[in-house]
Amino acid sequence: MNEPLVELKNVSFKYDAETGFALHNVSFNILKGEWLAIVGHNGSGKSTLAKLLNGLHFPLEGSITVGGIPLTEETVWETRKKIGMVFQNPDNQFVGTTVQDDVAFGLENHGIERNDMVQRVAQSLEKVKMAQFLNQEPHHLSGGQKQRVAIAGVIALRPNIIILDESTSMLDPRGREEVLETVRELKQDYHMTVISITHDLEEAAKADRILVMNRGQLYREGTPEEIFQMDEELVKLGLDIPFPVKLSKILREKGLPLSRHYLSEEELVEELWTSHSKM
Amino acid sequence: MDISLQNVEYRYQVNTPFERLAIKNVSIDIPAGTFLAIIGHTGSGKSTVLQHLNALLKPTDGQVVIGERLITSQKKQKNLKEIRQRVGIVFQFPEHQLFEETVEKDICFGPMNFGVSEEEAKKRARAAIRQVGLPEEILHKSPFDLSGGQMRRVAIAGVLAMEPDVIVLDEPTAGLDPRGRKEIMDMFYSLHGTRGLSTVLVTHSMEDASRYSDQIVIMHNGEVYRKGTPKEIFSSPEGLLKLGLDVPEVVRFQLKMENSLNIRFSKTCLTMDELTDEIAAAMKRGAPK
Repeated sequence: MNEPLVELKNVSFKYDAETGFALHNVSFNILKGEWLAIVGHNGSGKSTLAKLLNGLHFPLEGSITVGGIPLTEETVWETRKKIGMVFQNPDNQFVGTTVQDDVAFGLENHGIERNDMVQRVAQSLEKVKMAQFLNQEPHHLSGGQKQRVAIAGVIALRPNIIILDESTSMLDPRGREEVLETVRELKQDYHMTVISITHDLEEAAKADRILVMNRGQLYREGTPEEIFQMDEELVKLGLDIPFPVKLSKILREKGLPLSRHYLSEEELVEELWTSHSKM
Repeated sequence: MDISLQNVEYRYQVNTPFERLAIKNVSIDIPAGTFLAIIGHTGSGKSTVLQHLNALLKPTDGQVVIGERLITSQKKQKNLKEIRQRVGIVFQFPEHQLFEETVEKDICFGPMNFGVSEEEAKKRARAAIRQVGLPEEILHKSPFDLSGGQMRRVAIAGVLAMEPDVIVLDEPTAGLDPRGRKEIMDMFYSLHGTRGLSTVLVTHSMEDASRYSDQIVIMHNGEVYRKGTPKEIFSSPEGLLKLGLDVPEVVRFQLKMENSLNIRFSKTCLTMDELTDEIAAAMKRGAPK
């Protein structure tokens, strides 16, 4: 998992000449097969980063390489086959009139042969558990279902990397869980690399690695364990601390002998159970 | 101003092949000054209920009382302007509705539409922009030069400038970062108190519902599944979880603790402080012998 799949070197970007840098001197690697969460306040540069990775914009300075190929206007179509993106608003990315047309759209654009296409559409919808909705129109679907169709459209193109740009932020809790569960399975089955841009810290806590963006710069990177040690510093950055971490901190302040900050509720309950039964 | 929904039913596209029952038998009382949260899945009927609160929709059965006005399926409604002015709705992603050249013009649009003079509207715009925590200088900028969070506040100021008695919020924090979310909710909570508003919050966030509201209504499949104070609603979380709804983190953790340690806390905890006190006490008592 330590092989860099994407490399960013000193990347800077501005939307127009007069405004400040949306990204300033950002360098990091994305490793093959990891789940990387990118967190940061609104306007911190997270979404700009996603747009650069997908070649919707190009760096003003610095370079991005994807699978060893420098990402430029000449190579963008090649790299876009490797990176699929799921956006925030489920209603803005449904282009087909039915579920299967929507998934076929991307394949048609890439000139995939018909027989292959029919098979890939069926397979991808199977994978996101939407196969029984083939001929449904989008307005009959929930937000979570629409996002899963969007994911099917992405995986039909067999990318190595999937970028979730706040893809669950407009969904209700059930829709959010449906989508994340789907992505977790895909990651496992297809050995995909997942980049998740999110405000949901519970979700980030389950990532392999977290990048914290602040005002266009990479502020910190590390495992969830390391990042959530930052504690109040995260709040100052406009973020929050996940519930189990917050809870273990207060419990320690109230004199309970907990050995560390816990990132999941299960671990914390387990620890409490152990010391409870010893008393 | 009191609002009351009495056995309200609403069907979309009546007498067409597309007729669909959205809500039925919905009764909700919102006395003046209440902070009410409405919770439910996408498609549970929340948005349909919301549109009855200022007569954007007229019930197909039952009745809605808004202040002195009675809205029923039979009556042809005239002059709903007053209702629209007194019940302000902040829709989801309200910043998408900004359209004027300057922030000031955008905020003045609503009140002037309701017959307020330009001078008075400008005065209200200045007050409203301060209430949403933005500096007065911003009034002369284009709304499209602002950040997303600022645009949302401007859109909210536009509703406040109509000086409503009731404010209805549809997912007001969607898409904001954690700090932005807290700031906006704290702002509504303080406006609720200082201006003596009724506030109706439609949300997916059980945390916000539990923290800010006096009353909670849970919608499910177009009906009121349950209503009560946060304490009442969350004291039996199992039913909500069965419907696939969330419960606040504190409540969820209490349930996990109680089940895995096979103990019962003395009460339903709604705050971090209550929860940690209960856990500390339970740990002190030790395992049941």
